[in-house]
Amino acid sequence: MKQPLHPLLIAFAVVVFFFLVAPLVIILGAAVSDTTFLTFPPRGISGRWFVKVFEMAAFRRTIVTSLQIAFLATGFALLIGLPAAYALNRFRIQLPHWLSTVFVLPILVPEIVLGFSLLKSVQVAADLPVFSTLVIGHTLIVLPYAVRVISASLSAFDFSMEEAAVSLGSPPLKTFFTIVLPNVRSAVIAAFILAFITSINDVSVSLFLTGPGVSTLPIQILAHVEQFFDPVIASVSVLLMLLTVGVMAVVELTLGLTFLAK
Amino acid sequence: MTEPLTIEDLSAHYGKVQVLEDFSLQIAAGELVSLLGASGCGKTTTLRLIAGFLEPTSGRIRLGDQDLTRLPAHRRNIGLVFQNYALFPHLTVAENVGFGLKQRGIGGAERAARVAAMLERVELTDLASRLPGALSGGQRQRVALARALVIEPPLLMFDEPLSNLDAKLRVGMRAEIRQMQRANGTTSVFVTHDQEEAFSISDRVAIMQAGRIMQFDTPETLYQRPANAFVARFVGFENLIPMRVVAREGESVEAEAEGGARLSLSQAEYGAIPDAFVLGARAEGLLVLPPEAPGLPATLGLRSYLGRAYQYLCATPAGPLTAQGPLGAPQMPAAAARLQPLAAQCCILAPE
Repeated sequence: MKQPLHPLLIAFAVVVFFFLVAPLVIILGAAVSDTTFLTFPPRGISGRWFVKVFEMAAFRRTIVTSLQIAFLATGFALLIGLPAAYALNRFRIQLPHWLSTVFVLPILVPEIVLGFSLLKSVQVAADLPVFSTLVIGHTLIVLPYAVRVISASLSAFDFSMEEAAVSLGSPPLKTFFTIVLPNVRSAVIAAFILAFITSINDVSVSLFLTGPGVSTLPIQILAHVEQFFDPVIASVSVLLMLLTVGVMAVVELTLGLTFLAK
Repeated sequence: MTEPLTIEDLSAHYGKVQVLEDFSLQIAAGELVSLLGASGCGKTTTLRLIAGFLEPTSGRIRLGDQDLTRLPAHRRNIGLVFQNYALFPHLTVAENVGFGLKQRGIGGAERAARVAAMLERVELTDLASRLPGALSGGQRQRVALARALVIEPPLLMFDEPLSNLDAKLRVGMRAEIRQMQRANGTTSVFVTHDQEEAFSISDRVAIMQAGRIMQFDTPETLYQRPANAFVARFVGFENLIPMRVVAREGESVEAEAEGGARLSLSQAEYGAIPDAFVLGARAEGLLVLPPEAPGLPATLGLRSYLGRAYQYLCATPAGPLTAQGPLGAPQMPAAAARLQPLAAQCCILAPE
């Protein structure tokens, strides 16, 4: 039996959907517009602004840089975050309460402050190259996601399984890979996606850490918008969205997206 | 392949809290011994020390002539069955059972054959390719048992293995565990807080409290001749009456309880009675008699029907006691009566 919906509820739902979907539609429309300026609705249909993105060396370079940084930062965050999350849960009773909070701190500190302090302390004081500083900065901002997501999964993990495996003759490190890891696999993948997308889209921290010759895609978009008002910006945004959707799609196809809700 | 287990002067700490002090226990080869006690008595700590999940601050653990004390847990070769089964949820039943064999480098056909034989023993052949999530509690427990047995360990340990099962299944599994253990003759340690479970399954039971063994004996001895007041209370001696001897005449002893009430006890029935002692009596060991009979004077209180007898809460000069009277003669509350101990249901204990 169907319950009749109140017209106001329907109207409200429509408005919400509109606000969710409208920006995407507008950007997509602007990106394919056959004009030299940003406009919506598009006038004429053209793919030339997408071609233009790849013709511009600055965009090509920053897309590559952004991907490199995202992969490296996410990789490091998982290398640090997975053992950290494991230890935080395995030794929860022995470890002090505040320790798990430490791993969330980078989220609590305003990113702009984090960016500035990294600029002063890492880039200037330690005199590290721009690229390395960017990787360090991004590792810092994505680490909390890695730790939290994997921790959430490990908190439901029954560590007596680990003891069972050890009692059956499996050495502790091997047990981690054969028993613990397979049971938190979804969380590790979810952490990877969250961290990767966070890194790819980051502006605040990158703003401080990009330097001569090295920039990330969002920063390049910002720089471009300051000077030009052409549909290239919409096209590159669409590409960024496609990348995000692509990552999600790969996960959906291999694992099913429902595990993200777990 | 079955070995005696010897624990010598084992001490352990959690941080600064001492949970086990100079703990010693000898378990003969092929024997099943239960560690019985309330939570926090140190029974699980003992098991974890033997398994190698905890390190003792001092003492030794030996299995046969092998010293386990400093051996890493994964090289101890002990079969463990956990309270929550601890099956590997991402592996099938067969893979779970074969896990220990795999670690021992036993592969291919031999592993498959041994797993199949073990699954047949626990009647799970049909479920070999299922994941643990699709099994019932009893089936999971069988997989856990099979997984621990298939490596043919010289020592088996059970950590409250039945407490997650419902009452009926629990009794069935208990018998199964005992039969398997008997058939294999594997030395076993069984940790539980359930007295009935411990008594029904074990050759000997160690009753533990605050990190110490209060008594280590056969269930029969524990039940009939507890060594001290703690064990007596634990095995159901509801009435512990402190007394002192006021007169002796041959085998007959005249003893006085608090409040001046006297009882005459025979050493021929009770064994040697020291000058100061505690008379331990189960409710069925304290008989309600008419007020003119000999015994402790009492005023009857709440009466409850137990099917085979009536049980009374009694007020006496020596404090509240629980006694039983025959079905044929129900007494009214507030009636005066005498309570007479029955030697077969009583014990003489040292004062606390």
